[in-house]
Amino acid sequence: MNTHAVPEAAISPAVVALVGNPNAGKSALFNALTGARQKIANYPGVTVERKSGRLALTDGAAVDLIDLPGSYSLDASSPDEEVTRRVVMGEFPGEAMPDTLVLVLDAGNLEQHLVFAQEIIALGRPTVVALNMIDMAERDGLVFDAQALAQSLGVPVIPTVAVRKRGLGELTEAIASAHGQDMSLRHKVERLGLIERRVAAHAMAAGATLSESGVHRLHTKLDKVLLDPWAGPLILFGLLFVIFQAVFAWATPFADALDGAVGWLIDLAVANVPAGLVRDFITQGVLSGVGSVVVFLPQIVILFAFILAMEQSGYMARAAFIMDRLMASVGLSGRSFIPLLSSFACAIPGIMATRSIADPKDRLTTILIAPLMTCSARLPVYAVIIGAFIPARSVGVGVGLQGLVLFALYLAGVIGAMLAALVLRRTVTKGAASGFIMEMPRYQLPPLSDLALGLWQRAWIFLRRAGTIIFTVTVVLWVLLSFPQAEPGESQSEASIAGHIASGLEVIVAPIGFNHEIALSLIPAMAAREVAVASLATTYAVDAADDEAAAEAVGPKLAADWSLATALAFLAWFVFAPQCLSTIAVARRETNGWKWPLVMLGYLFGLAYVFAGITYWTAVAFGLG
Amino acid sequence: MTLDTLPPLTRAEIIAVDWSVLAPEEAKRLQALGIDAGARIAIAHRGVFGGKDPIAILIGRMTVALRRVHARAMTVREL
Repeated sequence: MNTHAVPEAAISPAVVALVGNPNAGKSALFNALTGARQKIANYPGVTVERKSGRLALTDGAAVDLIDLPGSYSLDASSPDEEVTRRVVMGEFPGEAMPDTLVLVLDAGNLEQHLVFAQEIIALGRPTVVALNMIDMAERDGLVFDAQALAQSLGVPVIPTVAVRKRGLGELTEAIASAHGQDMSLRHKVERLGLIERRVAAHAMAAGATLSESGVHRLHTKLDKVLLDPWAGPLILFGLLFVIFQAVFAWATPFADALDGAVGWLIDLAVANVPAGLVRDFITQGVLSGVGSVVVFLPQIVILFAFILAMEQSGYMARAAFIMDRLMASVGLSGRSFIPLLSSFACAIPGIMATRSIADPKDRLTTILIAPLMTCSARLPVYAVIIGAFIPARSVGVGVGLQGLVLFALYLAGVIGAMLAALVLRRTVTKGAASGFIMEMPRYQLPPLSDLALGLWQRAWIFLRRAGTIIFTVTVVLWVLLSFPQAEPGESQSEASIAGHIASGLEVIVAPIGFNHEIALSLIPAMAAREVAVASLATTYAVDAADDEAAAEAVGPKLAADWSLATALAFLAWFVFAPQCLSTIAVARRETNGWKWPLVMLGYLFGLAYVFAGITYWTAVAFGLG
Repeated sequence: MTLDTLPPLTRAEIIAVDWSVLAPEEAKRLQALGIDAGARIAIAHRGVFGGKDPIAILIGRMTVALRRVHARAMTVREL
């Protein structure tokens, strides 16, 4: 043993961990105690989010506060619970064992939460109980005796309302005085089995509750409507419709503004940097590439505002309940609904949202099918091709043919995803049918500050990714498209490495009706799908100021050069093709290896090839070639 | 009778659970939620569009969603 080691306490501040059941209001308490000074990372080796922040004690000292994943028991039944158990026990490599534990209990669900609380208190570590959400419990007619609960548990009990910042000072003081005390003799709770803990929890909850009314009135009334077998799904679908409208309509002005800002930066670079490789690198490589992804930020922020509000209000669990039956038919559960919904904006946040799925096979399947949800990057491609090839005529009352084709493309993605899930669950992600066991949290009005903080964190994660992974991919593609330099009179895109790759690619994609220009556009589209449009514009030598003008101008050229069969095959390709390296990179990180991203690439390119081929040859057979 | 056949909003007690038909992780999760022999429960909601899955049960002051396959493993007695 190294006796010269510096004592841990001297170099790092004390660690305080928040533990408790899911839905105890732990995250709200964490936000209230740390404010915006939070660090979000991953526990190494597992994709469980690690949230930590600084908590200033009254004596001026600061401690590291960590928010552990909600758990029902130290006998873990999900990756999240396993992290909580290992951190609490000091068994997680690289994580200091918490000096003090703050047990967060929902006052409105005290008996149930005391079952886990006894397990934690029995560890004999410095522990403070936050009897949280006491206002909602009081609204339901419950009156508590915190002193009686403290007596029976043998640890301090502080009533708190995290979202109203009530009881935080008292809690901080209790944390400061509990710190460093040897509690093992003072704790009254013994190590008991589950059954004994349940009996004890019942007695303790009864002893601490002075009066009690029957039920949660608001909760029951809302559930009666929102979980109604008929009204519930209709309300959910109505809400989804509003979300889609918002994502596509409200985001447009902001996206246009961002697009304008990128254009302004490009002009600035053109004006100030001498023409040449460096300028091309800045304008065509960095700004256009990263810019084309950053313009999706408004859509992502709007979508996440809805998703966070649904989560924090308690409605998301109801949405999962309603969607469970449908998801079960393809071997998934209601829990997969949230990530798949996010994937309509962008598969990246969608794949990150799969962390809430406990079953590893379920989670993997959801990650693998997430890219099939039609993300917003496909929209520009669809819009150009539909505009050029599908006549703008009506097929019925208020229904246009173009809109119908667009809807069919979205539907093809959803059906493709469901069928893929069905097949995956019987082959590569084979396993016992996943169950669906989920506590429905009580409804509450999400505090705006928590909502804003959550949005900021999501937006920052997205921007950081744009600045790292997407930046790298863009630069690599720019190099492929820019070297070697073209001789005078030769097209740069043809002369480049990418041009030569396209010639090789053409051999493979010719049987599905793709020409050389399409093959060439598929390469830069690997960075972001919508770049395919700009790339086609360049290849067809359309002189246009920006992507939008290029898209407008390229339509007629395509209509003149491509057959309808080729255009339809191109659309079918984009429904399935994993044309987005950022998604692959995120899938690699979330699955901790290259195996599953490669499976994803393989099966999606396979599907894209087969369906584009079927589309092409069917169309040719109908005389559209 | 088993839980899946219990009429909605009828109070009942779980008298036995056949844990052997459930995956170990699911059994653990149900027990952690207090869904075990001796628990008093009622069915609050069942299914979507006339279907029989999933089921939302009331237990203590909680509402918990589970599937019919779990409910079928639980023998209940009306109170």
